[in-house]
Amino acid sequence: MSTSVNIPPQLEVVDRPLDTQMTISMGPQHPSTHGVLRIELVLDGEMVVKATPDIGYLHTGMEKLFEYKKYQQGIVITDRMDYLNPLGNNLAYVMAAEKLLELEIPERAQTIRVLFCELQRIASHLVWLGTHALDLGAMTVFFYCFREREKILNLIEAASGGRLTPSYFRIGGLMMDLPPGFERRVKQFLDGFPKALDDFKKLLTGNRIFQKRTQDIGRISAEDAIDWGLSGPSLRGSGVALDIRRANPYSGYENYDFEIATEPGGDVWARYLVRMREMEESQKIVTQALSRLRSGPVKADAPKVVLPDREAMKTHMDALIHHFLIVAEGFDVPQGEVYHAIEASKGELGVYIKSDGGPKPFRVHFRGPSFVNLSALPDLCRGAMIADVVAIIGSLDIVLGEIDR
Amino acid sequence: MSAGLQNEQPATPSQLVTALQSEHPDWVTEFTEALGEVTAVVPRAYIVEVCSLLKTPAAGEFNFLADLCGVDRGVEEEPRFEVNYHLFSTIRYHRLRLKVLLSENDVHVPTVTGVWRTANWHERETYDLVGIIFDGHPDLRRILLPDDWQGHALRKDFPLRGYEPYSLK
Repeated sequence: MSTSVNIPPQLEVVDRPLDTQMTISMGPQHPSTHGVLRIELVLDGEMVVKATPDIGYLHTGMEKLFEYKKYQQGIVITDRMDYLNPLGNNLAYVMAAEKLLELEIPERAQTIRVLFCELQRIASHLVWLGTHALDLGAMTVFFYCFREREKILNLIEAASGGRLTPSYFRIGGLMMDLPPGFERRVKQFLDGFPKALDDFKKLLTGNRIFQKRTQDIGRISAEDAIDWGLSGPSLRGSGVALDIRRANPYSGYENYDFEIATEPGGDVWARYLVRMREMEESQKIVTQALSRLRSGPVKADAPKVVLPDREAMKTHMDALIHHFLIVAEGFDVPQGEVYHAIEASKGELGVYIKSDGGPKPFRVHFRGPSFVNLSALPDLCRGAMIADVVAIIGSLDIVLGEIDR
Repeated sequence: MSAGLQNEQPATPSQLVTALQSEHPDWVTEFTEALGEVTAVVPRAYIVEVCSLLKTPAAGEFNFLADLCGVDRGVEEEPRFEVNYHLFSTIRYHRLRLKVLLSENDVHVPTVTGVWRTANWHERETYDLVGIIFDGHPDLRRILLPDDWQGHALRKDFPLRGYEPYSLK
């Protein structure tokens, strides 16, 4: 067996399958791989010598599809990428298109966008929490998390009509204004949520088994995390206080008072603590957004881009013409290219759009945070036990819909 | 991260690129600022040098490669392909886009995996979907499509629905 200088001998792949090492395939139908991730593991006993993620099982050619759809039709495709955070995807895409069009978005629409993005962030973190705990054997948390998430999905449904695929944000504003009594319903949710969050903490944070399964597992230093391009809670779990809501504020985030949750540990446990605190911070932002809601328009004043109101179409000829043209032919977007990044629930979600001046984008590229975070998995798993691989995948909070696109 | 090297007033990305251009005139062939974003076109021979330099504290601390993507500018265009590098600084919060233009008959570009390890999967994706070959990449395999897929799906001459019956061998 050849040994190199800086790696312990047992951490080297030996090409003698029946000797000491074994190669096994984990996934794509393994329940803890959150969809269709397959990992090729080279094991020495129970220790992972090498982990090679194999992705692409859910590839549907979304980036190609964008090139054949008009700008506003692209919004529904974004819903289906990170299906736990569809409103975040909507926001990244519409903001990139708005940047090309140089549209001014009314304040009420911006506030509602922030409100929904933070609700969606809580919902996304709840799914992460439930499934992460489930992977580690704590089944109860899952049911409580999904109960709370259901309340958020009901709120999203009340406003947009869709639960998982809302497409609520449109280029130039929102699909429509909030339904009557919506603010009361959000307040109702906010009143009950701190109690639920306390319950989750009681179930997990003080739980010795959960601590043993997560502490000092999958450790990554701040320098390595940046080098691997980790973002979002996975990066903040390594002590880097980077949040795009602060670094490059968008949609009025500079006006909200919230803290960037960081933990210095860099292990699965630290990433858990960061997400738990982020839910509290999101709740603070939702409360502030509610108090900032003033009546006003929710669509930009751009009749050639934004669909007119139903009522206006019945009485104004020009509104009807604009409606017809937008639906039938779309709108031309000036030539240029933009990269717009937002802080999605999993990290930096970037959208690159290149326009050739026509009604369809010339090229759309998504920088999915799950894709980049997963690329660090081989490094995180090296030398870990096979049962810890499950904990590490859970702590990265990946969604295969976004990785494979 | 050493904080002592930060300037009082960090130079903006456009100032950085201008400084870079005056120091090494052939490293940046074109420089545009549009919609609040700075784009620098870099000849492919210098892309690794430019990236390594921009990563240093003196030249912008672009320590985070946010994104890397390939674009097919159209079958008729010359140069036909471009590779976009979206750089970000986790210290100064600046963003910068580098662009490498490639012609169809020579789609090779040096890898930047030595500068940022995160480039690994981005470059594999670009190779898989656009067909750009990154010289020196440690593991340049297809990543999203099957290994025996024919063609590169995001090229403009690749049909939306693929080839019938399907694009495998």
